[in-house]
Amino acid sequence: MATLWGGLLRLGSLLSLSCLALSVLLLVQLSDAAKNFEDVRCKCICPPYKENSGHIYNKNISQKDCDCLHVVDPMPVRGPDVEAYCLRCECKYEERSSVTIKVTIIIYLSILGLLLLYMVYLTLVEPILKRRLFGHSQLIQSDDDVGDQQPFANAHDVLARSRSRANVLNKVEYAQQRWKLQVQEQRKSVFDRHVVLS
Amino acid sequence: MESEQLFHRGYYRNSYNSITSASSDEELLDGAGVIMDFQTSEDDNLLDGDTVVGTHYTMTNGGSINSSTHLLDLLDEPIPGVGTYDDFHTIDWVREKCKDRERHRRINSKKKESAWEMTKSLYDAWSGWLVVTLTGLASGALAGLIDIAADWMTDLKEGICLSALWYNHEQCCWGSNETTFEERDKCPQWKTWAELIIGQAEGPGSYIMNYIMYIFWALSFAFLAVSLVKVFAPYACGSGIPEIKTILSGFIIRGYLGKWTLMIKTITLVLAVASGLSLGKEGPLVHVACCCGNIFSYLFPKYSTNEAKKREVLSAASAAGVSVAFGAPIGGVLFSLEEVSYYFPLKTLWRSFFAALVAAFVLRSINPFGNSRLVLFYVEYHTPWYLFELFPFILLGVFGGLWGAFFIRANIAWCRRRKSTKFGKYPVLEVIIVAAITAVIAFPNPYTRLNTSELIKELFTDCGPLESSSLCDYRNDMNASKIVDDIPDRPAGIGVYSAIWQLCLALIFKIIMTVFTFGIKVPSGLFIPSMAIGAIAGRIVGIAVEQLAYYHHDWFIFKEWCEVGADCITPGLYAMVGAAACLGGVTRMTVSLVVIVFELTGGLEYIVPLMAAVMTSKWVGDAFGREGIYEAHIRLNGYPFLDAKEEFTHTTLAADVMRPRRNDPPLAVLTQDNMTVDDIENMINETSYNGFPVIMSKESQRLVGFALRRDLTIAIESARKKQEGIVGSSRVCFAQHTPSLPAESPRPLKLRSILDMSPFTVTDHTPMEIVVDIFRKLGLRQCLVTHNGIVLGIITKKNILEHLEQLKQHVEPLAPPWHYNKKRYPPSYGPDGKPRPRFNNVQLNPIDEEREETEEEVRLLNSTTL
Repeated sequence: MATLWGGLLRLGSLLSLSCLALSVLLLVQLSDAAKNFEDVRCKCICPPYKENSGHIYNKNISQKDCDCLHVVDPMPVRGPDVEAYCLRCECKYEERSSVTIKVTIIIYLSILGLLLLYMVYLTLVEPILKRRLFGHSQLIQSDDDVGDQQPFANAHDVLARSRSRANVLNKVEYAQQRWKLQVQEQRKSVFDRHVVLS
Repeated sequence: MESEQLFHRGYYRNSYNSITSASSDEELLDGAGVIMDFQTSEDDNLLDGDTVVGTHYTMTNGGSINSSTHLLDLLDEPIPGVGTYDDFHTIDWVREKCKDRERHRRINSKKKESAWEMTKSLYDAWSGWLVVTLTGLASGALAGLIDIAADWMTDLKEGICLSALWYNHEQCCWGSNETTFEERDKCPQWKTWAELIIGQAEGPGSYIMNYIMYIFWALSFAFLAVSLVKVFAPYACGSGIPEIKTILSGFIIRGYLGKWTLMIKTITLVLAVASGLSLGKEGPLVHVACCCGNIFSYLFPKYSTNEAKKREVLSAASAAGVSVAFGAPIGGVLFSLEEVSYYFPLKTLWRSFFAALVAAFVLRSINPFGNSRLVLFYVEYHTPWYLFELFPFILLGVFGGLWGAFFIRANIAWCRRRKSTKFGKYPVLEVIIVAAITAVIAFPNPYTRLNTSELIKELFTDCGPLESSSLCDYRNDMNASKIVDDIPDRPAGIGVYSAIWQLCLALIFKIIMTVFTFGIKVPSGLFIPSMAIGAIAGRIVGIAVEQLAYYHHDWFIFKEWCEVGADCITPGLYAMVGAAACLGGVTRMTVSLVVIVFELTGGLEYIVPLMAAVMTSKWVGDAFGREGIYEAHIRLNGYPFLDAKEEFTHTTLAADVMRPRRNDPPLAVLTQDNMTVDDIENMINETSYNGFPVIMSKESQRLVGFALRRDLTIAIESARKKQEGIVGSSRVCFAQHTPSLPAESPRPLKLRSILDMSPFTVTDHTPMEIVVDIFRKLGLRQCLVTHNGIVLGIITKKNILEHLEQLKQHVEPLAPPWHYNKKRYPPSYGPDGKPRPRFNNVQLNPIDEEREETEEEVRLLNSTTL
C-alpha cells in the first residue's frame, strides 16, 4: 500500500511535466482559434520623403491587405508621388498571442513565488520552529560542522526521528527529507568540495 | 513498516553514497545492512518502472550459457539492484548493450504468445520515438516559457507596462499609434521607472533614477537566482554542457538531470538572463532539454533500466535543446553529433532529427518573439559578397581564434582559483559582485545596456533607410529616387563614429566580464556572449572596410566591385562572420557551428565566408591549445572523459599501465569455489576496489570471470536475507558445478549469475594504442591483462586517463600556465610542489578520496605469477 502510494506520487510528478507541455501547446491552439483582434498588426515604416518626415503606421488588418496603400492613411503625398512613397515603405505583418504571453508570465511568476516562499520557509521559518520544538541540544552538537549553517542541516535528525511514526503524512516528510539529504550532498560537492561544476 | 520500506528502497535507489563504503559513512543512518530490504522489492519494482524483466540479465556477451546452468540455481531470480551503478561511477557500455539485446530477445520471443505480449512488444518498439517526441514537446514548451519570461524580465529593469503588466516593452507598444519614426520604442503605455517614481521622463534626475532602478533589479534578479540555485538544486548552475558530455560518455552523476534541477534551472535561467549578466541561455537550454529527456525516459522501461539506452535519448534531447536555442534543427543534430555525443548510431541520428523537429515546431507555434521566428536575431540577407572580402573574413577568424584561446586560458585560470582557494567559498557574494559591476558599467553604454540577444540582432541587421539607430547614421546625400533594397556604400556620419567608440568599449567590457561570468553559480551559457563579442568586432571591421572602400574605391582590390554608388560591403555580414568565428574559437566546433549560423540567416551564399572564418579560428585556436572550453572544463573538474578526438601516439604497452605496479601489493582476486562468504566480505571491507577477477584456483591462476563489487555486496546481502542456511562459513561458488563438500558444511552460495563470464582481456604485450582504442570504441570500464591465460593485472578507464595525462606532461612538459607569469597563484600544484592528483573530484566522501587512485584496481593475492 505504501509503495503504491509512493509510486503514484512519483508517477504524478513525472506526468506533471508532460501536462505542462501539453497545456502550453493547448493554449497556443486555443489562442490561435480565438485570435484576438489586438493580436495582429500591420506595421509600415516609411522613411523621410521630400518634405515629409519619416512616419510609422500601425493598423489591425488582415495579412493580404498588409501593404502601404491600405495602411498608410491619410496618405501624406498626392498623385504620382504615392507610388514612389510607397515603394520606400516597408510593411510587416506580425502576429502574437497575448493569451500565451499572459499565461506564461503568470505561470512563471507563480512558480517563482512558490519557490521563494518555500525557500524563505526552509531557511528562516523552519530553523526557528525546530529550535522551539526541540530545544537547543541538537543545535549545539551540530555547530562544529560548517555545512550545518545551511538550510536542511538537521535532515538527518528528522529522518531518524520520523522513521518511528508511520502514516501518510509522514511519507511526504520522508520524501522531503530524502530530497533534502540529496540537495545537501549536492551542495557539499558543488560549493564546499568543488568537485563538480567549478 | 511499509513506510520504512519505502524509505529504504528509495534511499537505496538514489543512494549517492556507494553502498560499499556505507559502513563507515556518517551519511548513512543504518549501516549497509538495512538498506537492502528486499522483502517488498517486487511491487516496488513494478511501481518504479523497473519491471521484473528489467533487472534480470546474465552477464554473458553471447547470452547462451544460462539455460543449462540456471536450472538449479536458486539465485536465478533477478537480484534487485545488480547491474546498477553508484553515483560518480562509470558505466560499462558493453554490459549495458548486452543487457538490452537480452531484453529485446526476450520480448521478441514472447511476441507470438498472446495479443497482449504483441502489444507490449509494439509499445517497446515505439517507445524510442515516443520518448523523443515527448522530450521535444517539453523542451520546446520550456524554451518558449524561458524566452517569453526572460524578455519580460529584462524589460522590467527598465520600466513596466501599466496597461498590461505581463507585456514587455515591445509588446506593450504593439498596437500603439503614437510611436514616431525617430523614437520607435516610446509609447505612452510603457512607463520607465523614473516616470513612475519621480514623474519626469527626461533630464538628469530621471537618468539617475533609471540607473538606480536598473542596478537594483539586476542585483535582485542575480541574488534570487543564486539563492534558489544554492537552496534547491546546486547542480543547476553553470552551462551544463561539460557535464552532459561526460554523462553521455558514460558517467553517472545522480540528480544532475533530475526534476529539481530542471525546475530550478528553468526558473533561474530567466532570472540570470534578465539580470543583465554577460551570459546566454543557449547552453543551459541543452541541459534543460536533457533533463526532460531523462525524466521522460523513466516512463519507458526500455530506457529507465538501461544506462546506455538512456544516453541515446539524451543525445536526441541535446539536439532538441540546440534546435530551440538557435532555431536551428539541423544544426542541433550536428551539434549533438560533433560536440556532445559519445555513442551516436544512425538510429539516434534519426531520433535526434525528429526530436529537433518537434521541439522547433512547438517553439514556432508558441512564437515567443512575435516575429514568426525561433530566435530573436534572425536576419535575412541577400546581398552578395566578393572575393576580396575573404581577407577580412579570415582576419575575423584569426581574431576569433585568439579570443577563444585567451578566453579558455583566462577562464580556466579563474575557475581553478575558484576551485582551489578560499574565494570559492562565497558563491553568493561572487554572483552579487559580478552582477553589480556588470550593471554599473553596462548602463551608461547603450550597447551593453541592451539585452545581449538584442545587441546581436542590431549588429546583424544591415542599415536600410528605415533604420534609425546611430549605427546607421550615414550621411545621405544621394538623390531620393533609389529604392529600399539597394543602398550604396555611404560615408559614415557622426553617429557611426560615436557608435564605433561605444562598440569598442562594449567589446572590452564584454571580453573582461565574460571571463569572470562563465562559471559563477547561476545557469550561464557561453554562446551568446561569445557571439556578441564576435559580432561587435565584426561590425567594427565591417564599417572600417566599408569606409575604406568608399574613400579608396580606386584601389585595385576595390576597383572591380566597389564603384561609386555600388553596394559592395555589408557590415552586418561581417558581424555574423565574426560571431561565428568567436564561437568557433571558444568551442572549437566547425560543421555544426556553420550550419547553425547559416540556419540563423537563411542565406546559403554565406557558407564559404563562414567556413573560412570558422576554420581559421579553429586553426589559430588550436595553435594555442588543442582543447575547447568544454574539454578544458572537463579536465579542470577531472571527469573521467576519454576524448575520442585525441590521438594516442605513444609506444607504451599494456603491461606498463596495468595495476598493480611493480611495488604494489598483489592483485586481489577471488577463487572460483573455495572461498567462504566471510572471506569475500572481508576482502570487500579491506579493499576499495570496484571489481575482482575470479580465477580457477590459487594454483592454476587461470581467469574465469569478473565480479563487480557492488553486485557482490548486493547478492550476498540478499542471499543472507532470502536463502536459508547461508552463514559466514558458506562456500561461495562461481563455478558451474558445486564442488563436493563435507556433509556437515553449510549450503554453498551460488553466485554464477552475477559473474561476468566474458570480461575483456588483453595480453600484457598489447600496445596501449590498441587498448585505448578498445576503451574508446567499446566504452569499456575495465579490461584484464593476462599472460598465458593467467591474470596479471587490470586496466581501468581511470588508469588510462592517468596514463594519458602522465604522457602529456612527460613528452611536452607544460609551460607554466599563463597566469603563473602574471599573477602569483599556483592553483594546479599542491603545497609540496607536486602536481595534484588529477582525479580529485569524482568522489563524494572522505573514504572515497583515499580510494581514488586505486579505484577499480585489483591486486593479486599471491604474487607467484610469472
